[in-house]
Amino acid sequence: MADVERGNRPLSPHLDIYKLPLNAVVSILHRATGVAIGCVTMLIALWFLGAAWSEPVFNAIDWFVTSWLGWLILLAGAASLWFHFFNGLRHLIWDTGAWFGQKRVARSAMNTIIFAGLATLVTLIVAIAW
Amino acid sequence: MAYLTDRKRAQGLGSAKSGTKHFWEQRLSAIALALLTPLFLFPLAYTLGDSYEGVRTAYAHPVNAIIGVAFFITAFLHFFQGVQVVIEDYVHGRWGLVLIISTRLLSALFALIGAFAILKIAFTG
Repeated sequence: MADVERGNRPLSPHLDIYKLPLNAVVSILHRATGVAIGCVTMLIALWFLGAAWSEPVFNAIDWFVTSWLGWLILLAGAASLWFHFFNGLRHLIWDTGAWFGQKRVARSAMNTIIFAGLATLVTLIVAIAW
Repeated sequence: MAYLTDRKRAQGLGSAKSGTKHFWEQRLSAIALALLTPLFLFPLAYTLGDSYEGVRTAYAHPVNAIIGVAFFITAFLHFFQGVQVVIEDYVHGRWGLVLIISTRLLSALFALIGAFAILKIAFTG
């Protein structure tokens, strides 16, 4: 029966039709945002290096940092940072043994996203309004 | 060493030969960053877009300078600790080792760049 015609059915484990739970998406994003923040922080370090170097060097780096592309990178960086921040707090709470269980984990995953969104908005207001 | 039994030498260290040290150090840098991140980010967001003189004046202030130096050193320590785990999970063998060494050197370089730049501004601004 091994070579019986099985038709064109999808193969296990159906990764292309499997909807990842929110917690799995958040977990992967924690790593992705961690790497992203590192890269943006390197850009910020160079910006400080410019300010320590001389006015022309600062102006060259600041031109890029405050260009539309620079602001876009910084906004993505701030969003990544706040996401990683709140999900990191979630991980620290898990390390104490608290907040486990399917419903609790799903709720805190959603809260991570909500808090990260709000904190990014506040950061954006601080950056623009002053 | 002769006074230690073989069991005592191996106990608690696991296959990485460093026990839970990496895990523990990563939590410590995470807790430090939980405090430092808001303290660093909001003044930075406030200062971004300012002039050369404005930026130098802001970071010549002792409070901003101390927070900034602490942030850069802790952030790049935590960055390396995290990326090392990611590399260990996804890249094995020689390339994994090359990536881990490169990440460590790059992290140390940028921690130094950030900390030195702010200190120079603080001392000469």
